[in-house]
Amino acid sequence: MSIKYSEDHEWVDAKEDGLVVIGITDFAQEQLGDLVYVELPEAGDECTKGENISVIESVKAASDLVAPVSGSIIEVNSRLEDEPEIVTEDSMGEGWFIKVKLSNPAELDELMDEEAYNSFIEE
Amino acid sequence: MFAGSEIRTTPFHKMHVDAGAKMVPFAGYEMPVSYPLGIKKEHSHTRERAGLFDVSHMGQMRLSGKNAMSALESLVPVDIIDLPLMKTRYALFTTENGGVMDDLMVTNLGDNSLFLVVNAACKDSDFEHLQHHLSSSCELELYDDLALLALQGPKAVKVLSDHAPSVREMTFMTAKQVMISDIDCLVTRSGYTGEDGFEISVSAQDAESLASIMLANDEVEWIGLGARDSLRLEAGLSLYGHELDTSHSPVESSLNWALSKVRRLGGEREGNYLGDNIILDQLENGSDSKVVGLLPEGRMPVRDGAIIQDEDGNQIGYVTSGGFGPTLNKPISIARLESKFTNSQSKLFALVREKKIAVEIVKLPFVKHNYYRG
Repeated sequence: MSIKYSEDHEWVDAKEDGLVVIGITDFAQEQLGDLVYVELPEAGDECTKGENISVIESVKAASDLVAPVSGSIIEVNSRLEDEPEIVTEDSMGEGWFIKVKLSNPAELDELMDEEAYNSFIEE
Repeated sequence: MFAGSEIRTTPFHKMHVDAGAKMVPFAGYEMPVSYPLGIKKEHSHTRERAGLFDVSHMGQMRLSGKNAMSALESLVPVDIIDLPLMKTRYALFTTENGGVMDDLMVTNLGDNSLFLVVNAACKDSDFEHLQHHLSSSCELELYDDLALLALQGPKAVKVLSDHAPSVREMTFMTAKQVMISDIDCLVTRSGYTGEDGFEISVSAQDAESLASIMLANDEVEWIGLGARDSLRLEAGLSLYGHELDTSHSPVESSLNWALSKVRRLGGEREGNYLGDNIILDQLENGSDSKVVGLLPEGRMPVRDGAIIQDEDGNQIGYVTSGGFGPTLNKPISIARLESKFTNSQSKLFALVREKKIAVEIVKLPFVKHNYYRG
């Protein structure tokens, strides 16, 4: 399985059984600067593609995290609540945000692959 | 002179880009918001060592003529006539309604000449305001060929005195003309971070050389506007457009300390500035609102615009500036509240994304000032 990317600068790592891990890209964390607070949804919440699911606060400003796919949130990375800097240090790994059970796996096809995302951020 | 929509740059622009700064439009200028170090580290670098800030977007003006000092006094609620030679004072341009149209620093250069530093976004309107009221009695010049650097932090004095030893004896809010490696500089011991430090006015053509001399010292790093804001917020210093605006008087913005005694009721030169009746009345009888510090509970920043409520859910104010204080490692805010609540022990809440965050009223500044007073 490969990692897909959204235009809102999230990565979606598809695991088995329609499960995905979602985080923000390195490009996004660089744009945001030092993070000071992450407001996460709760495990058990439903998310709908295109809707806000989380708020990421840098020293300067608050930004929304928009759901790149729909489904139910089965786990959140609660470490981020006390240590938001993990996102800055390892946005593609330890700094993941949520795990989602997809309700519509076809939505994955609407996301970009790495090559498409890299040219997207160069624009 | 500053009209038009074209974005301007400062004489340090190339240095910022070369240093890898993230540039953003700010008050008509393309300015560095942060450098590769990042806002939090830039912030702590300034608190611990020395930060170099390009503040050339600010307006630098000179008011001169036989009546310059008394003329300026007619536009500010501050004692300018008795401002000693080469001393700097904080002042405010008031409006007919007692509001604040800008805050500024005034330095007495001697020979009936005053040096003013005003906010970037206000410099055109300030210049017009001064021209409108004072052009018949004084000469006014808005410099577009000067740069302004701020060197702030506990190591600032060491860094600068390596090149100009005489700055060591300067105390907070004094000014001196010094040479730094053959560059003519007007230095004031002042700043906007709460730390000891200097602001250095220099000709645009010498600007890069001066910055290079400062940066050659290992203690010094470029610091962007992002950390400038978090530093001033921790220091509890007002920002025009946030704590200060034309709808609120200096009393309503908790700046009574800036209103000189001689200009107050019963003072030798009481009143006689725009909006004096309103401001003097508020000084005697209090104002409806005041500006206070707030410490939100938890880690979520409570930013400008957030509504403040009392225990019963009534709106009693709003946040004027808020964010994260890297030195305290927690969120901090400044808010305008109805005066009757500013001493209350009752529980207050901020509304952030429909959540109620408990907030505690605290004395400003959040981080102790480190000014050098001799």
